[in-house]
Amino acid sequence: MQTSYDLLDRRGIIMLVLLGLFALIVPICALLVPKTSLFFMPPYVVALLGKYLCYALLALALDLVWGYCGILSLGHGAFFALGGYAMGMYLMRQIGTRGVYANAELPDFMVFLNWKELHFTWYGFQHFPYAALMILAVPGLLAFVFGWFAFRSRVTGVYLSIITQAMTYALLLSFFRNDMGFGGNNGLTDFKDILGYSVQSDQTRVALCVLSALALAAGYLLARAIVVSKFGKVLIAIRDAESRTRFLGYRVENFKVIVFTISAMMAGIAGALFVPQVGIINPSEFAPANSIEAVIWVAVGGRGTLVGAALGAILVSFGKTYFTGALPEYWLFALGALFVIVTLFLPKGIIGTLGEMWARHRTSPPKPSDKPSNMPAAAE
Amino acid sequence: MTKRLELAAIEPSRSFRSSTQSSAQIISSRLTEALAVFAALVTMIALSLFLSGAVRADEQPSFLSGFTTDKFADTEKAINSLGTSGLPMASAILEALASDRLVFDPETKTLLIRMSEAQVIGAADGQILEDIDVDTLKKVRINNAVRRALDAALGSLTLMSPDPIKRLSAAESAYKTHDPAVLDLLQQAIDKETDAKVKRMQLAAKAAIQALDPQASDADRLSAIEIVKARGDQDALSLLAKVAASSEGSIKTAAESGVTSIRANLALWNNVQNIWYGLSLGSVLLLAAIGLAITFGVMGIINMAHGEMVMIGAYTTYVVQEIIRTKFPALFDYSLLMAVPLAFVVTAIIGMAIERVIIRYLYGRPLETLLATFGLSLVLQQAVRTIFGANNREVGAPSFMAGSFDFGGLVITSGRMWIIVFALMVFGVLQLVLRSTSFGLRMRAVTQNRKMASAMGIDTNRIDALAFGLGSGIAGMAGVALSQIDNVSPNLGQSYIIDSFMVVVFGGVGNLWGTLVGALTLGVANKVLEPFIGAVLGKIVMLIFIIMFIQKRPRGLFALKGRAVEA
Amino acid sequence: MTNVNPTLTNSLLYLDGICVSFDGYKALRGLSLVLAPGEMRAIIGPNGAGKTTMMDIITGKTKPDEGDVYFGGTHDLSTMDEASIAELGIGRKFQKPTVFESHTVEDNILLALKAPRSPLANLFNRTGPEQKTRIEEVLTTTRLKDHRHRLAANLSHGQKQWLEIGMLLAQDPKLLLVDEPVAGMTDAETVTTAELLREIARDHSVVVVEHDMTFVRDLDVKVTVLHEGSVLAEGALDHVSSDPRVIEVYLGR
Ligand SMILES: Nc1ncnc2c1ncn2[C@@H]1O[C@H](COP(=O)(O)OP(=O)(O)OP(=O)(O)O)[C@@H](O)[C@H]1O
Ligand SMILES: [Mg+2]
Repeated sequence: MQTSYDLLDRRGIIMLVLLGLFALIVPICALLVPKTSLFFMPPYVVALLGKYLCYALLALALDLVWGYCGILSLGHGAFFALGGYAMGMYLMRQIGTRGVYANAELPDFMVFLNWKELHFTWYGFQHFPYAALMILAVPGLLAFVFGWFAFRSRVTGVYLSIITQAMTYALLLSFFRNDMGFGGNNGLTDFKDILGYSVQSDQTRVALCVLSALALAAGYLLARAIVVSKFGKVLIAIRDAESRTRFLGYRVENFKVIVFTISAMMAGIAGALFVPQVGIINPSEFAPANSIEAVIWVAVGGRGTLVGAALGAILVSFGKTYFTGALPEYWLFALGALFVIVTLFLPKGIIGTLGEMWARHRTSPPKPSDKPSNMPAAAE
Repeated sequence: MTKRLELAAIEPSRSFRSSTQSSAQIISSRLTEALAVFAALVTMIALSLFLSGAVRADEQPSFLSGFTTDKFADTEKAINSLGTSGLPMASAILEALASDRLVFDPETKTLLIRMSEAQVIGAADGQILEDIDVDTLKKVRINNAVRRALDAALGSLTLMSPDPIKRLSAAESAYKTHDPAVLDLLQQAIDKETDAKVKRMQLAAKAAIQALDPQASDADRLSAIEIVKARGDQDALSLLAKVAASSEGSIKTAAESGVTSIRANLALWNNVQNIWYGLSLGSVLLLAAIGLAITFGVMGIINMAHGEMVMIGAYTTYVVQEIIRTKFPALFDYSLLMAVPLAFVVTAIIGMAIERVIIRYLYGRPLETLLATFGLSLVLQQAVRTIFGANNREVGAPSFMAGSFDFGGLVITSGRMWIIVFALMVFGVLQLVLRSTSFGLRMRAVTQNRKMASAMGIDTNRIDALAFGLGSGIAGMAGVALSQIDNVSPNLGQSYIIDSFMVVVFGGVGNLWGTLVGALTLGVANKVLEPFIGAVLGKIVMLIFIIMFIQKRPRGLFALKGRAVEA
Repeated sequence: MTNVNPTLTNSLLYLDGICVSFDGYKALRGLSLVLAPGEMRAIIGPNGAGKTTMMDIITGKTKPDEGDVYFGGTHDLSTMDEASIAELGIGRKFQKPTVFESHTVEDNILLALKAPRSPLANLFNRTGPEQKTRIEEVLTTTRLKDHRHRLAANLSHGQKQWLEIGMLLAQDPKLLLVDEPVAGMTDAETVTTAELLREIARDHSVVVVEHDMTFVRDLDVKVTVLHEGSVLAEGALDHVSSDPRVIEVYLGR
């Protein structure tokens, strides 16, 4: 199998074109087509698709660290959730006096807890630019600090996986606490509007969905740019032979912490887009099982392919929606079996396996023997 | 997990209850004492009014009528008179009252004891009465004040009981209530007492009463204070505090110094108690982690379905108990003993099947193993949910695991104690198996150098399967123990998996002693932290601690070094 | 450290009294070795003598329990990590060839190529014309030109050995540590490798570990014999190979 080092390879182009088409079709089908038409897209479908796209972005972020740098994070859901909370806090502050207690300053749950003042963590969140900054900064900072210590002390492999899981578990427990100031158990919900537009309105939903598609496209391009750069080659080198990379003079920990931080920020953005579309964020987003589910998306689609990660997220999430609707009993069976089957029989995932078949198909008939395949750029 | 936290939260509060009760009891008994004569008069007059119409009421001692007025205050007085009456039926009456069986005929005011649905006996003479319409009888009602008086009266009655255990507990209750009214009775009891332990308790009770008695001589009070101080418990503390507050001079100083020394002593015991809770939590962690120490620590397999093995072990216990409950109820106390080997076998077989079907294809790819076994854990959870339902299942405690006892200043619950014993036993047996059986030797050979071992004629496939089965089986046995302290539900395992990994990683992978030390350290640290910052925050702090610890010592507390590890 | 040690200041590599133990096993026991700038040295010794461990010490993979390791007379290697040591100019070829399997041959060379190692520099790196020429040169020298686009994973053992040597060349370090470069090579290749190393040694310092005595003879340099973690003999090959102790423990009678 040959890796292409062009910024845009065939798969990437297909994906970007599809996302572009999607961004065009959704507004048309959801807003312009009459409700009776076959092509009409009801609002809940728009929200659902938007949700899938956010998951796809999370998967992409995870693939960047796992597929290319070998960091299997079992805590990426935490970055997603932190981005979501940052967005949720902005949305909460937009509610203003429309809350149950009609308090202009304090969100309902703080009034309920008898707090007299805004919790200090909430300062500034009424301003969107500040919230947007936090959406990037909070997950990024956590990833940076966590990665700084972990990678410096060379915690790798399963050990790293386990402590990332512990990290998200600790966050889960913390966010359950009321004293944390983030709404405890119930989290943040009952949002009213975003940037002055009602979160419930069809137009806003469509806009958010399209925005998610664009974010996914942008995320893909960024990840792809990283991966094809020499930096990306170093990442792969680290993945395959970490200590060898060190002996060449690369500071492995710095590479890791940078890519981990970038990935966490991408996950944060995904979470931030997710929250207004589903209308709630609560501590259960930190559940370790969520993070592991994200890992399976990547594995299903094909790790180290970026496109595969996104595809895997969408397919598996669609399967989940379908199963939990049609055969709720069996969803966990299906998901569990998927984990087992993919790791046993499809270690390269859908895209990886397809790519391999494609490569074999292209190379075997014309070229008889061991002559190596052509320039990678030309081959793909 | 919630249940675990709750349990821990409830236990410490137990010791405070008695102290709050005692002051209320003193007040009430003082009042009753003062009103005793007056009460007797009133009852006499009331009785004489009804005398003519009464069928049997004339045959019963007058103070019993207090029970038949349907007024709490009268009932209380009657209880107090009964306590000192010497009436042979006294304790039967009081016990009947305590168990809601004391009734009276509202017309004749006869006091009766209900023996069964249809049968009553006369309270005064204990004779069976047949001509009474049971449905018209009224129950003697009880409120808290009455109950307190009742407890005190029962206590004084049992002070002279022929049964030393009853005498002891009566002396204890006299000590706790230090009601001056029982002093005489107590003195009689002390004079007659032959059992040293009971006598000591009775003397302490006497000292408690004397210490508070302003009429007693200073010398008596001082020596009484010394005796009470020597007891050193929560009751002694509140008693001496009361003495200090209500006295002057040398007695006050003595009492105060007693208070400080008891405080220090209690704080010490409190710490010991926390350490005990910590050991108990640690043993639970040990049980949950020890199987993982084999599959992960020794074989290097990340088994995310480990928690589900624990869960299946717990469900095995449930099934065993169900069968015993329905078919052989007499064997209930042995249900756990039977469940242990069964859980081991069941989970070991499941474990071996998993190893043969899935894991063996993934050796050397730990991250993939992690994913596959996580998927498996979902399947197992859902399977159990489909079979047994999502609700918690009831697993009972055999009698030897129920209840608790005091040890010095410690309250030790038997269930917890047995779990510690069990965890250590499992650990010991496992060490033996790994160190001194040929299976253990071969297993270590395989995990250290698979190729070499197979070249030497070891059937590595078999060893892999057996080792994984062993790890899973131990998890199953852990499930039997955990069924005693946690909710048996399909999610049982999930709450242990992260903790278990933490323990194994903290202790040092591939090192069973490390797992032992790791589990106990984390357990104790958690419980010692808890009183200061609460259970949830304590847990968070522990997680953060471990995360930081792994960064400092990536290979854990007792790390193996060398080339084998780097691969 | 008040009095200046002339041996230290004049050396490129200075090992003194190095001791290392693994779980109680003493792999190095007071190993001392001094390499002059521009010198090539061959190290021989029986299996387990500590040759590879010595390289681990120099490259920072293993920290010595005791003893001094200095590079260029001033840099205390025992306090530095692998990356900084590599940046100082110490390159290493491993006994078991380790290349980046999912990279092409060319990319393996590119990654090794002397260039800034910081993440940012690599993020915005464009491979310039001199770099391309340099890669060409290395590929020619190692005769891997035809295989440049193949994945390193698919190379034969010998080709991987060459690739690793190529990476070392690309890295252009001051000091090359070469652990068993000709294991798995044909006799003809062995000769070529010896030539190549002699060529490199003209403007680099080299430490070669090898069991192949013909190869060592071809190198024609000073030889150090290690045994049980310390130096048994040192000198010209003819000199050491007549030493009875060396014959006893290594060469055989
Ligand atoms: N990381 C390690 N952990 C445990 N033991 C080690 C480690 N590194 C080296 N050793 C031990 O130190 C001794 C020296 O090993 P070393 O690899 O340096 O030998 P060598 O001289 O390179 O042998 P060979 O010629 O076989 O390559 C050996 O006994 C080896 O087992
Ligand atoms: Mg060697």
